[in-house]
Amino acid sequence: MNASLSWIKAYVPDLTAGYQEFRDAMTLSGTKVEGFTQFDKDLDKIVIGQIDKIEKHPDADKLLICQVNLGDENVQIVTGASNVFEGAKIPVVKDGGKVAGGHDGKMTEGGITIKAGKLRGIDSYGMMCSIEELGSTREMYPDAAENGIYILPDDAEIGADAIEYLGLHDANYEFEITSNRVDCYSVLGIAREAAATFRLPFHGIEPKIEKTIEDIHDYLEVEVEDPDLCPRYTCMMVKNIRLAPSPMWLQRRLASNGIRPINNVVDITNYVMEEFGQPMHAFDYDTIHGHKIIVKRANDGDLFVTLDGQERKLDKDILMINDAERPIGIAGIMGGEDSKITDDVQTLVFESACFDGTNNRLSAKRLGMRTDASGKYEKGLDPNNALPALIRACQLIEELDAGDVVGGTIDIYPDPVEEKQILFDPERINAYLGTDIDEETQLSFFPPLEIKYDPSTRMLTIPTFRQDLLRGADIAEEVARFYGYDNIPSTLPDSEEMSGRLTRGFVVQNKIRETMRAYGYSEAMTFSFESPKVFDKLHLVADDPHRNAITISNPLGEDYSIMRTSLINGMLTSLAINYNRRNKTAALYELSNIYLPKALPLTELPDERMTLCFGFYGDGDFFDLKGTMEEVLTRLGLKMSRDYVADGSIAFLHPGRQAKVMIKGGREQIGYLGEVHPQVSKTYGINGKAYVAQVDAQALYEYANFDKKYKEIPKYPAVTRDLSMVMDKSIPAGEIENVIAKCGGKLIESYSLFDVYEGERIGENKKSLAYNLVFRAKDRTLEDKDVNPVIDKIIEKLKEKNIELRS
Amino acid sequence: MKEKLAKIRQEAIEKIKNVSSMESLNELKVAYLGKKGQMTEVLKGMKDVDASERPLIGQMVNDTRNEIENCFEEMRSSLESAILEARLKTEVIDVTLPGKAKDLGHEHPCSLILSEVEDIFIGMGYEVVSGPEVEYDYYNFEALNIPANHPAKDEQDTFYINNDILLRTQTSSVQIHQMEKGVLPIRMIAPGRVFRADEVDATHSPCFHQIEGLVVDKGITFADLKGTLDEFAKRFFGPDTRTKFRPHHFPFTEPSAEVDVSCFKCGGKGCRFCKGEGWIEILGCGMVHPHVLEMVGIDPNEYSGFAFGMGLERLTLLKCEIDDMRLLYENDSRFLKQF
Repeated sequence: MNASLSWIKAYVPDLTAGYQEFRDAMTLSGTKVEGFTQFDKDLDKIVIGQIDKIEKHPDADKLLICQVNLGDENVQIVTGASNVFEGAKIPVVKDGGKVAGGHDGKMTEGGITIKAGKLRGIDSYGMMCSIEELGSTREMYPDAAENGIYILPDDAEIGADAIEYLGLHDANYEFEITSNRVDCYSVLGIAREAAATFRLPFHGIEPKIEKTIEDIHDYLEVEVEDPDLCPRYTCMMVKNIRLAPSPMWLQRRLASNGIRPINNVVDITNYVMEEFGQPMHAFDYDTIHGHKIIVKRANDGDLFVTLDGQERKLDKDILMINDAERPIGIAGIMGGEDSKITDDVQTLVFESACFDGTNNRLSAKRLGMRTDASGKYEKGLDPNNALPALIRACQLIEELDAGDVVGGTIDIYPDPVEEKQILFDPERINAYLGTDIDEETQLSFFPPLEIKYDPSTRMLTIPTFRQDLLRGADIAEEVARFYGYDNIPSTLPDSEEMSGRLTRGFVVQNKIRETMRAYGYSEAMTFSFESPKVFDKLHLVADDPHRNAITISNPLGEDYSIMRTSLINGMLTSLAINYNRRNKTAALYELSNIYLPKALPLTELPDERMTLCFGFYGDGDFFDLKGTMEEVLTRLGLKMSRDYVADGSIAFLHPGRQAKVMIKGGREQIGYLGEVHPQVSKTYGINGKAYVAQVDAQALYEYANFDKKYKEIPKYPAVTRDLSMVMDKSIPAGEIENVIAKCGGKLIESYSLFDVYEGERIGENKKSLAYNLVFRAKDRTLEDKDVNPVIDKIIEKLKEKNIELRS
Repeated sequence: MKEKLAKIRQEAIEKIKNVSSMESLNELKVAYLGKKGQMTEVLKGMKDVDASERPLIGQMVNDTRNEIENCFEEMRSSLESAILEARLKTEVIDVTLPGKAKDLGHEHPCSLILSEVEDIFIGMGYEVVSGPEVEYDYYNFEALNIPANHPAKDEQDTFYINNDILLRTQTSSVQIHQMEKGVLPIRMIAPGRVFRADEVDATHSPCFHQIEGLVVDKGITFADLKGTLDEFAKRFFGPDTRTKFRPHHFPFTEPSAEVDVSCFKCGGKGCRFCKGEGWIEILGCGMVHPHVLEMVGIDPNEYSGFAFGMGLERLTLLKCEIDDMRLLYENDSRFLKQF
């Protein structure tokens, strides 16, 4: 919403605030100013002058020498403009004054200072101005000359301030109006807020008409068939239309709000729309067939040509204004081509109505045409505003002598909106705000808002245009706003002491993050939605459960249309971005939700599983990945043993370099890891090996155990033995480790792989693994006789599995 | 014998004192004190000494041996010192060479900022909770006083799965879940992902994060809301930070406010960072609307509360001075490693 300060002051005449002060105060009372344009910012020393005499410049064909009377002095000004004449009144910027820009309309930040000087040898003591030099345009000042000096009307007073005369000591404010304050989409509404903000009286207007001819009821009949979409419909008529330019005051006022003056009738509808926030439509009476207006819904598939010449396809939820035979306008959106006002109009019908806001908004959206009118109607206007606005329009017709107002009003308003009553409870307000504002002060905020108070009942009567005031809390807000949020004290809740904490999920997450960082992985964040194409990119088979993804019904495009069921695509995409930007290595992790529907289509909320994904390229191999996986699980204090099962079933991983991570003896899978399938890496644009792992972090919330217990540090030395074994390549190391763990019994403390060898020396399809075994007893120093039988047993058991000691 | 001992002694000490390396010192030691050394030889000759003189000579032998040994020890020690000193001289390093870095991972800047916010509110007694991202319409809108056909519900803002289920557009839905649990008083913050149908650009993303806050108790006032957020702003942006509460409208709070903080770059004088305003908008807040309380079965005559919501990305961009939101979701290592 835009409004000029001068127009606002018309209803708050005592307002004296400066531009910046007005902006700050309005913002702090809730009518936020987004910004303002100060018209006279770069204008200085500009007065009205009159040209007494014009001579030709002796040395330049295109220059004229003017003797100009500025009231208190006479000066000589040389001009290149050709539209000047003796006797013309013109704006003159004096020596040392400033104009806003050049006559080509180009503005100069800070303005241009005009100094006395010589033009082709002749003294010139200032400059006569065009409208562009004054910082405006011929759009806003249609009476200004094209490509020339602005010749002012005769009533301009010589020597007076020309900026003042042109209404340029003013500023246009852009307000951000919140959706609950429909009343503030009007200059009157803003002015009411201004009055309350500065605690000044508000001078509203009560429009009335002095003289009318005849009676509208003899001319026109109106019927509202769908009152659910049209709570109120009012009409007045004007005969003998006399189209002409509007008077200066009206032109200036529209211009100050950024609206181009056109002619008196158009200007009046625009003026009332700004002033009252009430859109108004004018029909040419002579085009209304049967002289009857019917307000009713359209039929599906009806076609209608709007006044912009476009054909629109209608449906049964769009409200139409019809005459006896055909539609003549889309209610509250746009009138029809056939009934629009032309220069030949004799008699017109003013419509001022209230249409259902939601229906209007949805209709405008379906039609793809949001107009100035629908922009107001969609907010849900106050039906009680419709009639005063209509009378105001006719009052202006009368004042401007733009026609003869026909007597009587058609007003179809079956269910009038009543004013609400709210109990005034100053103590409750103070208790709610944490303030101590006395009753009198609280009450002082209401009169400018037109809220009435009855001390006998302690009831506040709320004007109907304040649709946002429904209960005590709303009144508390009014008090708070005008008392000033700044003046309300700052305290901390003094309720019983509460202890803050992270819930368990966040504790587990933080532990995971810590471990990931320690292992060199940086945290990534990717979107929760992705393209359904990722399933094919990841080589998932047709019935892969990952394909059961939730679809967004109105996505931003296919790429963001399904809720991800794994973090793998996001990870590979992020790694690819790094690869593509020639980062030598990248190691990333993401800890975020995946969305697993319980059934599709969705009937209940999906299972949102907090999931950990990590991956890298460039430095490391499968076992680095596995090492990280182990560390995460160990750091979370997972007591149960993990099995790494290599069944090659994960389609987007290398079939021979992948594993599922199982717990509970292989009964529950908590994740998987592996080298990315070379074809998949290639699809993503990573030329080289990449590795990814994913873990169901949500499951770990339950299994994580942060209870740490001290284990005695060993007092006695350990005995270590190395075992080097040869076996078929296909036998996994896990088999050896199982045997060591099982046979080692109480004495085995730890074991670790220290060498892997494959090669000629041990034969084809064979491999050699070497383990370092550490034995220790808690209560004594172990001797060979303790350890040897254990070693023998291990060797014997390994033999049973065709694993031989390497000789 | 006496003379012999004196000679050995003198010779030995002289030789020891002239030694210049550890090797020749050790050789000397063997020559005098070793199994076949001169002193051992002397001892062997003891059997020829007259019995009456033996104690005296024995004493002399021991003294001489001790003296030579001490001499050896002294020399060894001084040689060692010299060697060490020489070694230290050769081991001088250039301490201005770079330190060796371990390649640790880095937190996402949003996580970094979230931890800061969480720490502040945990310190003030808040519990950190979460709620569903795929949400029922009821929790995201209706229970928050946003009835059907409210413009905010327009399809262009909200991602829908179907008529009842959507992607939450605000973490305010967690307020309702928390209040429905029926455990009062409440002090919580709820960080999480939210979704809005905004095309990706430097300041918009269809997927971003909010941090919701909610306090419900007897006697909670608007002044408490002001005090709490003022405290937060001071701890988060610095102790000199000032806050400005501007009236605003949110359907689920009344009164409502937007909060600006004094620009932490220029202290409020106005600079390029705050676009000359001196103030930067950081969050929206208000007193929980009594109708919202009624809908979850909390009596607004007995309880009151306040709520606030802030954009995590916004805080992150501001505090880390990141000028393009898209950087947050690209996950370029060179970006992430700065945090």
